[in-house]
Amino acid sequence: MGELMVGLYVFVLATLAGREVITKVPPTLHTPLMSGANAVSGIAIVGAIVVAGRADGTLQAVLGVAAIAMAMINVVGGFLVTDRMLSMFKKR
Amino acid sequence: MDAAFLVELTYLLSATLFVVGLKRLQSPATARAGNAIAAFAMLLAILATVVDAEILSWTGILIGMALGGVIGGLAARRVEMTAMPQLVGIFNGFGGAASALVAVTEFLSNPAVGVGTAGVSILLGTLIGGITLSGSFIAFVKLQELMSGNPITFPGQNILNAVLVLVAIALGAATLGVVGAMDPLTVFCIFGGISLLLGVLLVIPIGGADMPVVISLLNSYSGLAASAAGFVIGNMVLIISGALVGAAGLILTQLMCKGMNRSLANVAFGGFGGSAGVDRAQIGKRPVRSADAEGVAAELGYVNSVVVVPGYGLAVAQAQHELRKVGDLLQERGVSVKYAIHPVAGRMPGHMNVLLAEADVSYDKLYDLDEINDDFSNTDAVLIVGANDVVNPAARDPTSVIAGMPILDVDRARRVIVMKRSLSPGFAGIDNDLFYMDNTLMFFGDAKVSMADLVRAVRELA
Repeated sequence: MGELMVGLYVFVLATLAGREVITKVPPTLHTPLMSGANAVSGIAIVGAIVVAGRADGTLQAVLGVAAIAMAMINVVGGFLVTDRMLSMFKKR
Repeated sequence: MDAAFLVELTYLLSATLFVVGLKRLQSPATARAGNAIAAFAMLLAILATVVDAEILSWTGILIGMALGGVIGGLAARRVEMTAMPQLVGIFNGFGGAASALVAVTEFLSNPAVGVGTAGVSILLGTLIGGITLSGSFIAFVKLQELMSGNPITFPGQNILNAVLVLVAIALGAATLGVVGAMDPLTVFCIFGGISLLLGVLLVIPIGGADMPVVISLLNSYSGLAASAAGFVIGNMVLIISGALVGAAGLILTQLMCKGMNRSLANVAFGGFGGSAGVDRAQIGKRPVRSADAEGVAAELGYVNSVVVVPGYGLAVAQAQHELRKVGDLLQERGVSVKYAIHPVAGRMPGHMNVLLAEADVSYDKLYDLDEINDDFSNTDAVLIVGANDVVNPAARDPTSVIAGMPILDVDRARRVIVMKRSLSPGFAGIDNDLFYMDNTLMFFGDAKVSMADLVRAVRELA
């Protein structure tokens, strides 16, 4: 099985797993779910580090660093704001 | 064990922890820990990458991380809860942009990539990431009210979009050298430009009240773009995390569409909000019963059960803290108080719940539509604050423009109190029969002022 097919299997199965897990999230937590998912999409940081690390031209290096900065906004901002929201959900 | 194997194991652990973290979001009691687990998973993935990747220069990487970290941290700390949709919107855009830039950078280091997994993934990452970036930017500008939230439409809009998609496909094929013999770099640049243009064109025709759908959909795209970037560099943790986010965004998109009883196609291309066949001149001309704060307090303070229906008007007026005070005072008097929240009550899924949580309303008092609709017939009084279409009984009339939209069945309660500025129609542009019913009392005024008056009046009850 080629790398492409392995990737596609992983993609499809992860989508199904995500569907199972996320369908059960109650509506009251949908905003934190969205900002949390948003933080997870900051995983692009991994790709950004890889391409910035091996960049051999100035343009590639600049674009790679820009990608790192933007993904990092997503990661840090996303997880922090989700935590801030969830800290407000209290049962009294 | 060699280092490469350890790195792969760390990625696997990271992907697993993302799923575990998301699973903890299934209950407010465990959600905060779940978010921390997901953040830890991200840290693992980053550490594995910096250990594994061949890094020529650390300077740029560290600068980028510090810059992004500071901006993201400040934004997360400072944002008002009412502005959460804009923040998530712009974060989506950055996520999409990061994935697109990964694809673009890979292409620049090998413009002659040709047909294959890498080539196709680069195009998909650039296309989806580009659409996410510019679409999110427009959504942000609309939500922040830097431009009008009204739909911007022009003749031939959908045809133009369809043509652009076809052109993008052709340019993509040319980039990979399938057709033509043009310089791949030039063609690729035009392809990227069209991706950005498509993002703008797809979001401008969508009105402010449909933004929950757009934000959810762009959230999904930001995940798919990350997955595409994962195929570009052959990294499983990117593919998995991107797929999880893609699924989350898609589920929320479907829920929002269901909450408005509209298809995604209708939201995207529909042109909703007109009121064909409705005589607008007749709106608000029928007689209503109205009450002042003292009258409303008397209706709420001597009964057994009250259900509050908060709408976006409440958040606009920033009256949620006063509303919570009214709820607390009523509970001290022995009245059962619940909050009924329609799926599209805010500007993004679950937005109203966050606003009420911020105002210290206990989360077990918040009920969604399916949980509470059967209770209304046993409810003494309903207090509606700044909501309109979501409580309009016209949704049960098959000839209405909002026919079939799920509504909160507030008209089945013994007493309905509507706090509202005027009798003006909601987003659907139609009159609301609820306002003219025998058991309805209108409490006119600005939500914040009225709510403060109501706090005082309830306090003064014997």
